Amino acid sequence: MTFMPSRTDTRRGVLPGFGLTMGYSILYLSLIVLIPLSALLLNSTGLTWEKFWSIATDPRVLASYRVSFLTAAAAGLVDAVLGLLLAWVLVRYEFPGKKIFDAMIDLPFALPTAVAGVSLTALYSSKGWLGSFFEPLGIKTAFSPLGITLALMFIGIPFVVRTVQPVLQDLDAEVEEAAATLGASRLRTFRSVILPELLPPLLTGFALAFSRGIGEYGSVVFISGNMPMKTEIAPLLIMSKLEQFDYAGATAVALMLLLISFALLLLINSLQSRVRKTAR
Amino acid sequence: MSKWVKQSILVSLVLAMSVALVACGGDKANDKASATAGADGGKGKSVQLLNVSYDPTRELYESYNKAFATYWEREKGQKVTIQQSHGGSGKQARAVIDGLEADVVTLALGYDIDSVQESGLINEGWQQKYEHNSSPYTSTIVFLVRKGNPKGIKDWDDLIKDGVEVITPNPQTSGGARWNYLAAWSYALHHNNNDEAKAQEFVKQLFEHVPVLDSGARGATTTFVERGLGDVLLAWENEAWLAVKELGPDKFDIIYPSESILAEPPVAVVDKIVDKKGTREVAEAYLKYLYTEEGQTIAAENYYRPTLDSVKEKFKDQFPDIKLYTIDEVFGGWTVAQPKHFNDGGIFSQIYVPK
Repeated sequence: MTFMPSRTDTRRGVLPGFGLTMGYSILYLSLIVLIPLSALLLNSTGLTWEKFWSIATDPRVLASYRVSFLTAAAAGLVDAVLGLLLAWVLVRYEFPGKKIFDAMIDLPFALPTAVAGVSLTALYSSKGWLGSFFEPLGIKTAFSPLGITLALMFIGIPFVVRTVQPVLQDLDAEVEEAAATLGASRLRTFRSVILPELLPPLLTGFALAFSRGIGEYGSVVFISGNMPMKTEIAPLLIMSKLEQFDYAGATAVALMLLLISFALLLLINSLQSRVRKTAR
Repeated sequence: MSKWVKQSILVSLVLAMSVALVACGGDKANDKASATAGADGGKGKSVQLLNVSYDPTRELYESYNKAFATYWEREKGQKVTIQQSHGGSGKQARAVIDGLEADVVTLALGYDIDSVQESGLINEGWQQKYEHNSSPYTSTIVFLVRKGNPKGIKDWDDLIKDGVEVITPNPQTSGGARWNYLAAWSYALHHNNNDEAKAQEFVKQLFEHVPVLDSGARGATTTFVERGLGDVLLAWENEAWLAVKELGPDKFDIIYPSESILAEPPVAVVDKIVDKKGTREVAEAYLKYLYTEEGQTIAAENYYRPTLDSVKEKFKDQFPDIKLYTIDEVFGGWTVAQPKHFNDGGIFSQIYVPK
């Protein structure tokens, strides 16, 4: 059923003027991404290498990286599992109010993150609706890493659902039926037929939610409690350095954050392409 | 693909590009417009000022700007409109350094204006230009407690008693919170024969009683007032009065400790900008008018302590007399206090790093 385009077709492309489109793409990417990032680099060039290293590896800075990366990873993982479930329900079942349910997934995108942070804190603080329920059980939600993870789960969930959903939609139900007629159990069908198809978009969704979580500021400052060495996130430290008019120090921390995230995303991407290859 | 499809794609690409270009150029066009408006404002019919201030002065300057506009029109026959910009004090200073064209800055601490001066926008000696260290109104740090003061908090010592939770923002991210910290420090210093080590120990213990470090003053007020966390909120006197007024006097009490710090939020004209825009005369008048009877009354009505004796007398019931130390007396000014206490590696950050 697949349609192979002829050679001349692919060479000519659908859009006209390769030179023009490519030039515009590069210009746009430079204006929006590359130039701001190099300005970041430039800001930290006031530092010597030793100074940069001592700022970036200060115990308090290291603790904040730990908090940022661990909570973002935890939130990404939870979102990956629950997001798959949400997407599954949205694609495979019909129920009243499905359209509204579907639209609600995108709300965390639209909401200013600070608003999310304030309302989550109101809910989960020890005097809030949910917090007062958890507190007697000895679970501290707001002002702990758990609270940060909750906030990051909230802002990360649309990424997973929206990357998994279209793939699930395209998945042919006939393949599953074929697996069933060949005698595969439901678990086996899921594991060997559905999951391999879903793994790449799941990884992408995780990577998106994870990287969004690392840099998240607005929703987290309210719920984290901001205690140094315990619940202080890296973006807050950057703000605190800016408050001291220490531009170079702030960009040093930011640069380090950027480098680690970039390395991690690269890792996830290569993992993803390997998964895609074995799936074929 | 038919020819007109190709052409329409090309046309839309060109359109997208020109939209992007216009968007880039838009800012410049705006800048020019406001600059010319300012330039002929010096002699012409109307003039615009931008006052870059910090968060809790919003209400104060709303009423003051009206009063000043009336005064200026009566005096010079010139219309003046004043735009206000509010935000965290340090953030506002950075905006001015990075190019926000403020005619005057009215910030929470001298250190922030010092930083604007270092960037060359303000001439040296700005703090001697107006009376009282260029602080037309002052304030201090007081305690806001729950109605009836259930934990019996009377003075700074009571804050480090067992079971007392103190709410204050982080001094490293909030300019206002630095006054809280310095007030506690100066109290401990005076009660321990000026022993710095003991003062540091006291402040360290105090911050062990802080369950949440909000990043800004309004956030800390929310934590205390709305979330019901903590037993005492360290707050600016004017913020405490506002909270009591807004939320009903049946919920909170204001406690005045035996001594506190004299918070001096200073004002300055941004010399480079007013010279460029030709607004020096009106900008200077704008700040001077803060010291007049009317300006002082407006400040007092917004719970800032007036510095003019006649207005002080009128509002003496609102501002109880307590011992107030200035930052110059105890700490030798902001340029000494800031790096020693609040910069990275300073005393505040040492409090949290395990040895």
